Amino acid sequence: MNVKKQFMDGMFFQNPVTVQLLGMCSTMAITTTLFNGVGMGVSVLVILTLANIIISLLRKIIPNNIRIACFIVVIAGFVTIVDLCLQAFLPSLSASLGLFIPLIVVNCIILGRAESFAYKNGVVVSALDGIFQGLGYTVILVIMCVIREFLGNGTFGGGILNGGDGIRILPEGIPALGMILPVGGFITLAVLIAAMQYFLNKPKKGEKKTEEVAK
Amino acid sequence: MDWAQLFSVALGAILVNNFIVAQFLGICPFMGVSKKVETASGMGLAVIFVMGLASAICWPINQFILVPMGLTFMQTVTYILVIAALVQFIEMFLKKSMPSLYEALGVYLPLITTNCAVLGVVLQNTQNSYDFITSVVYGVTGGIGFLLVIVIFASIRERMEFSDCPKAFEGFPIALMAAGLVALAFLGFSGLKVFG
Repeated sequence: MNVKKQFMDGMFFQNPVTVQLLGMCSTMAITTTLFNGVGMGVSVLVILTLANIIISLLRKIIPNNIRIACFIVVIAGFVTIVDLCLQAFLPSLSASLGLFIPLIVVNCIILGRAESFAYKNGVVVSALDGIFQGLGYTVILVIMCVIREFLGNGTFGGGILNGGDGIRILPEGIPALGMILPVGGFITLAVLIAAMQYFLNKPKKGEKKTEEVAK
Repeated sequence: MDWAQLFSVALGAILVNNFIVAQFLGICPFMGVSKKVETASGMGLAVIFVMGLASAICWPINQFILVPMGLTFMQTVTYILVIAALVQFIEMFLKKSMPSLYEALGVYLPLITTNCAVLGVVLQNTQNSYDFITSVVYGVTGGIGFLLVIVIFASIRERMEFSDCPKAFEGFPIALMAAGLVALAFLGFSGLKVFG
């Protein structure tokens, strides 16, 4: 039951992006193709889970006054590991995400979960929290990617399908390039958060609808 | 020294490649502390200061310690520690010697540690292998660009308080929409090229 609640919290009621409003920079910056979104989501999921595990293991040792500095060192360590792994095994992803991989260090989601969850809870729960919050983040990234790629480029699955070009749905010339540019990022996220607020503010009907979306 | 190049770096950091609306760095403080023009300008000034200093300190550390010892893979860890220490140090210094400025900045100073614009500017300095002066110029002008956008956005948001909007869009989403329009306006600068 508790696991299910944690899952629902991570996906909907406490979704890191649309409800807690954390980690906005990367959400808007890299969601231009599906490949980027999935890559970034999975990287954050891995780092968040590992950092949560280590911090909850060390939570009795870390002194309260310098906890933020300790969290940042742990997180920076994992970010470096993931950064080097991506450079070695997935150089194309590493090149297209660029600066935003090292910048996961200052992604508020990870520091926020360390501070508000892992520092106060046991190892297993913290690991699950990392996985579900990471999943919630990934889902939002994927939704944003699909919308922006479709409207801005007219394709689906860029970077993965059809040899990296994606499957073309709209013919060239029709898509609005603005959706790939920063403007599109702000507007897509605004609409997404508004939709989330709309569903969450209608308690009974809302729950059903969000579940349908999940299926 | 090449003044033309410095000028183009500065103009790029303020307008063309603005940290907030073109590169998506520092969105969290941008959305978080832009409800009033006063607090927004305080945050902007603090960011200029920290970005300039962080660029100035991280450059020698990278050049004289990390590169000769072959420790460049430690860059991210080192930089974030330097920034965290720097912010803490500035906070203590201001508290003792300039209490008025310290009170004006308030809680925004410690928040700068997790501002991705600061870490971003330092990492970009390294990636583009800027020399010392260019790094500092890029840091300071990047901060000025941040100040410019956050003040513009805060004044828009102050007006927006009194306007009607659909219920679902209340609060954060409508602010994001406004930010999108600011970004659209700044897109106009992207055609601006100085000295090639």
